[in-house]
Amino acid sequence: MERKLRFKLVTGRWNPYVTGTSVVAIKYKDGILMAADMGGSYGYTLGYKSVERLKPVGKHSLLGASGEISDFQEILLYLDELILYDNVWDDLNSLGPKEVHSYLTRVMYNRRNKFNPLWNSLILGGVKIGQKYLGMVSMIGVNFEDNHVATGFGNHLARPILRDEWHDNLSFEDGVKLLEKCMRVLLYRDTTAVNKLQIAKITEESVTISQPYSLKTFWGYSAFQNLTVGDEGSWLDMVTGWAVTTME
Amino acid sequence: MFRNQYDTDVTTWSPTGRLFQVEYSMEAVKQGSAAIGLRSKTHVVLACVNKANSELSSHQKKIFKVDDHIGVAIAGLTADGRVLSRYMRSEAINHSFTYESPLPVGRLVVQLADKAQVCTQRSWKRPYGVGLLAFAIGSRSQAAKTYLERRFENFTNSSREDLIKDALIATRETLQGEKLKSSICTVSVVGVGEPFHILDQETVQQLIDTFELVTEEEPPAPEPASEPAAADQGGAEQGAGAEQGAAPDEGVAPMDI
Repeated sequence: MERKLRFKLVTGRWNPYVTGTSVVAIKYKDGILMAADMGGSYGYTLGYKSVERLKPVGKHSLLGASGEISDFQEILLYLDELILYDNVWDDLNSLGPKEVHSYLTRVMYNRRNKFNPLWNSLILGGVKIGQKYLGMVSMIGVNFEDNHVATGFGNHLARPILRDEWHDNLSFEDGVKLLEKCMRVLLYRDTTAVNKLQIAKITEESVTISQPYSLKTFWGYSAFQNLTVGDEGSWLDMVTGWAVTTME
Repeated sequence: MFRNQYDTDVTTWSPTGRLFQVEYSMEAVKQGSAAIGLRSKTHVVLACVNKANSELSSHQKKIFKVDDHIGVAIAGLTADGRVLSRYMRSEAINHSFTYESPLPVGRLVVQLADKAQVCTQRSWKRPYGVGLLAFAIGSRSQAAKTYLERRFENFTNSSREDLIKDALIATRETLQGEKLKSSICTVSVVGVGEPFHILDQETVQQLIDTFELVTEEEPPAPEPASEPAAADQGGAEQGAGAEQGAAPDEGVAPMDI
């Protein structure tokens, strides 16, 4: 079932090929809101522009992933099977977000132990019987729960915003505004981000994943107008500055 | 039930469509000393008679904790009961570890039932000779069942203390006149916010003393109904944590084994 990849024990690295960038998620009044763009990067280039990185799992959960897209697809297969077996009991019980998160943690950690990791950072959110749940699992099996989580660059750029501006019982509109603020910052500053995103909402009743849309951006800063080579702040200017200082 | 030519192994049907080995295994449950369970909206009580063979020996353990939210009382071949308890504990803990949440009792029961069924369809096996608590099983359990049948409709809203009291009275019914003491019975409780645990002898004796002070006359009971509260089919159920979201009672006829 698992592909055994050629793995260099010397460097301890494994190379991802098609990757997704940050996912950001928050708890709000009725459940969880999650946002991710639709880019699948191929190294420094943009390989795929319509990758859906947010997927519902069972009745109560929503999964967002960054990292290697093919590994994400494999995880979805595992989860398909998990949910199938859960349904086949044909009883009143069903796996909630906490259970799915725990299961994923075990899978990620076990793969890490076998030196064959699934190169993803996963965000699992959901609501079951009124209880909201939001958790994260990394590729080495580190997991935790919080009121707001993010993967990759989102941890550095989005979490600080959320720490300041998140509060309990956000309305849907406020929640979306907050997520869009985070995604806009990521769009400006993360070179692997693309301006085509989806926002997903999960409540007790249902899961909704929005149609793809784009954020408005502003590039009309005076420093960006009438550019010439070697302008202040350009790479040539910075390299020259560095060369000068090292020679001094 | 008499010995006949169709009862040698479990994979032989009789011409009338009976599996005698399976029926004999149910007989083993009936011969075991009584185990009783009651359920309210918030609590479940398991009680059983624990008589030692002699004053010098200790009692056979009949109630087992499977997890914080599941306990089991057995009647019949204790060794078989212990094996099944070990299996249940294993299943419960594996589920807890993988999913970080308690195994739903209904699922454990189905797994157990499927496991027990296998033994009725392999020529080299025999059925488990143990019943895991339904509502009242074991010898002289009919007296307990009769007591419970009259009252079960009221159990749903019983308080924890009343439920335990009813369990003890039902246990006393099976003793046929012998005085009920905490040394010969075991009582366990599980409930919303209360993990499964066995009550210690002192507590049980206090509870016995409390209600034995009341007169023996029970008020005339309402019309006996035909649907016992915790009734389930087959001999393979447990007293379950009511926090599992008590499923509505099915319309089931009383078991007559």
